[in-house]
Parts: sequence; structure tokens; C-alpha cells
Amino acid sequence: MSYITKSPWIIHYDGSSCNGCDIEVLACLTPMYDVERFGIINTGNPKHADIFLVTGSINEQNKEVVRQIYEQMPSPKVVVAVGICANSGGIFKECYNILGGVDKVIPVDVYVPGCAARPEAIIDGVVKGLSVLAEKRSAKATVAPDAAAAAEPDELEVPVEPGEANGADKGGA
Amino acid sequence: MGKRTIIPFGPQHPVLPEPIHLDLVIEDETVVEAIPSIGFIHRGLEKLVEKKEYTEMVYVIERICGICSFGHGWGYCAAVEGLMNVEVPERAEYLRTIWHELSRIHSHLLWLGLMADAFGFESLFMHCWRLRETVLDIFEKTTGGRVIFSVCKLGGVRKDVDNETLAGIVSDLNKMKAGLKEVTDVFISDQSVKNRTLGVGVLTKEKAMEFGAVGPVARASGVLQDIRLTGKGVYEELGFEPVMDTRGDCYARTSVRIREVFQSIDLIAAAAEKIPDGDIAVAVKGNPDGEFILRMEQPRGEAFYYAKGSGSKFLDRMRVRTPTNQNIPALVQMLQGADLADVPVLVLTIDPCISCTER
Repeated sequence: MSYITKSPWIIHYDGSSCNGCDIEVLACLTPMYDVERFGIINTGNPKHADIFLVTGSINEQNKEVVRQIYEQMPSPKVVVAVGICANSGGIFKECYNILGGVDKVIPVDVYVPGCAARPEAIIDGVVKGLSVLAEKRSAKATVAPDAAAAAEPDELEVPVEPGEANGADKGGA
Repeated sequence: MGKRTIIPFGPQHPVLPEPIHLDLVIEDETVVEAIPSIGFIHRGLEKLVEKKEYTEMVYVIERICGICSFGHGWGYCAAVEGLMNVEVPERAEYLRTIWHELSRIHSHLLWLGLMADAFGFESLFMHCWRLRETVLDIFEKTTGGRVIFSVCKLGGVRKDVDNETLAGIVSDLNKMKAGLKEVTDVFISDQSVKNRTLGVGVLTKEKAMEFGAVGPVARASGVLQDIRLTGKGVYEELGFEPVMDTRGDCYARTSVRIREVFQSIDLIAAAAEKIPDGDIAVAVKGNPDGEFILRMEQPRGEAFYYAKGSGSKFLDRMRVRTPTNQNIPALVQMLQGADLADVPVLVLTIDPCISCTER
């Protein structure tokens, strides 16, 4: 775990989960598992968050909510899909109101399986997410000087580009 | 009279683990009206009865809600067993009761933690969830799962728990009582907690009846309503008596749930003592036909199961009415006239389970 040099903050949204994974996400924050010792804090504000934990699958009503939370998060950002419903739709895949996994609307970096996903698995997913976050950060750092040299005044483009490139890589959206 | 403003609350909100949206119409700092809108986690799982065989449907129904998952599984199994005139062995009924009451302890402790979080008492939240892990360990030991364990099946239960393990569970729970008392005493006697709950969100007995409140919300308002009293299961033999209060405020609702946690421990101890030896399941053969209605007392209140068979492997209709659905009108009533700062506490006080409500 030597690469945890930052304190990643997470934001959690319940897609259309049964609660099972949500209470396990909360259990990660409480004394038994206590991810706060790694500096991981659950925040309610998307603009404070580095890692987006989504539980449950996507439906017509919540797909805009999930997309908005994702878009408000500053990049680099990581999406962790927690539980089989968030991965693929799971047991509810055949339901008329379920569109499928979270990757139908936003790019997903880490898939955590399980019904319900165990706290150990969720923590493992977040740790995997941290290395993705570090990769994205270093990718951004190598891209940024070139881009900045090419177009000084257009600094707005710099943070946007790597995020989009990543999205296309994962085949999401 | 001040100017009216509408404040949106949710669906993504720090106090809510689940999405519900409320439009709060406020005047100065007082809520004059609350308009709930739901549907963020609607899955439409009742319609899956057309695609899943009635024996497989247990797994879907269990996933209505991850907190009272066992209760929903039991409710569905009992409804279909009623449809097919299946007599469940007594040992299975006792085991179901034990797991159901363990679920109630876990659900109420979870709620107490979230409630503490809602009024800003973070360390109390942590302590409640620390105690809850004892129950989850028992689930893991006896069933293999922590929150969803698929141990209930048509005709009985899937796993037996030997009497020695049961005695161990009871002693674990009794050991937990001291810590539990320490934590729950804060809810009962701490002045800063009482400031947030005493006299807040009063629901009178008349209003509770008028709006059809169920479970601890109704019982805290003095409405005697507990399905465990109706003779279903083995509660009569365990000497069950409902926990009641009359104040109807957040304090009463907290106190009812706290006393129910202790009561559930006693019920489990009584069940572990009286449990008979024997089979844990009977074979279920044939296809269900006809209609059956069943009520169950879930941790949040009365749940209603309706099953209609078609003489084939697939049910015609499965309908579940869940307790939170019934308590939302009562919540809207409580919110009228409340301070804006009390809204999170009031929303949590009904123990909302949105994934139950929307299914």
C-alpha cells in the first residue's frame, strides 16, 4: 500500500440497489473496517470527491443523476462499480426498468463483484481505484506540459483531454 | 408571514444512503409543505414472476431490500407455502424466527447509527455500527452471508443450526447487552440528544391511524399494531408482548426501537431454549394455484404479501406492500411545521427503506 500518498475522498450513490451493497459501503467506514485510517472519507459533495462508488444498476430515472454527479467531479476521477447490479444488472437484469450496469452511462474503472459485495472486496476495489487514479494523474502530468507549450492561452483544454481519452479507452458512455 | 421558497432535498444527499427526493416548501425557516417524489430505484421486480419459476423467485424477493432481506424471503415463502398448503416443520419455523429477530436487531442498530449521524453525533453512529457487526458475524457463522444470505426456501430453511451454536449465539448477544445499554442510554438520557428528539415531529394517535402508519412509527404513537401478535410463527410460545409508547415524537420512536432490540435478544434466547429437534424442510411438489394473502412484521412494520398462482411453474402475480410505503404519508404530516434544520432527523425517524418502497 506504499502508493497511498494522497487521501482519496469518495462519493457514494445508490443507483437502484437493494441496499445490501450500500450498507456494506457504510460498514467500510465504521470501526470494523475503518477505511478512514487510510484517509478515505465519504463526502456528500461531488466536487470534493476523487472516487465515485456506485451501487445498483441504472434505470431511466437515475441515469441523469449518475451522469451529473460524474460530470461534477474534478478529474482525474475513478468510478468503482460495487456489486453485481452495478456491474451488469445482476439478478434484476431482466426487469423492465433496468438499463444495465453503470458502464451504460459513465466509464467504469473498477468492477467489484458480489451480491452483496463484501466490505473486504469494496476496500480492495477502492485500493485498485487508487492505482488507476495515480496512473491518470501521471498521464495528465506528462500530457499537460506539451499541451501547455502548444497552446498557452487555451488552458481549459488541458484538464478535459485526458479524461475524455480515458473514457474512450474503456469503451464506456 | 415570510416569502415562500422551495428547497429541493435529495435524491443524492449526505444524510440519505438511498435516494428519495423531497420538495420542501418553506416560509422563513419553517416547512409548510413537503412533496415527496420517488422512483429513483424502481426496478419492477414484481414482474419477474413471469420469467422466474416460483422456486427461484425467493432470491429475487430477498433482494427487495438488503436490510430486511430475510423477512422478505420468509414472507414470500410463507405466502407460497400457504398457497400450496405446505406444513413447515416446527424447527424451521423456530430457525426462521431466530434469523428474523437477528435481522431486526441489525436493522434497528443500523437505524440508530444513521439517526445519530442525522443529528450530528458521529461517534455514536460509529458505536452503533460497531455493535451491529456482532450480529453480522452471527449471520456469517450460521448462513455464510453478511447481509443477503438466501437461507429461507420453500418448505423450510436451507441450513440447520445445531443447539450448541444456538447457545453460543445467545451468550454472544447477552454479552453484547452491556455495550448496547451504554450506547442506547445516550439516546435515552443525553441532554444534547434529547434536545433534537424530544417533542420533535409529533404524530398523534389519531393522525397515525388516519395516515395508516405501521410498525414502530405507529407503536410510538400509541397504536397497538404488531403482526407478531396475530399468531403467525412461534411468537405466542415465546411470550411476545409489543413495545409501546404514547408520546409520538422522535424520542418515542427511538425509545421503541431501542426496547425492541433488547426484546429481540430475549426472544432469540427463548427460541433457542424451546427449539424442538426434527427436520428443517419438507419437499414442495406441484405447482401453486389460487390466491393467498399474508402479513408479516418486518423491522419497519407491517408488510403485506399477495401471491396468485396459475397452476404452472410461474406465478400470475406477486405483490408486496412494504412498511415505508405506508409511513411516507405520516412523514409528510410530521414535516409540516417542522424547522428546516430538523428535516434530516424527521426523514430518518420513519426508518425509510426506499428500495423496499419502490421495489
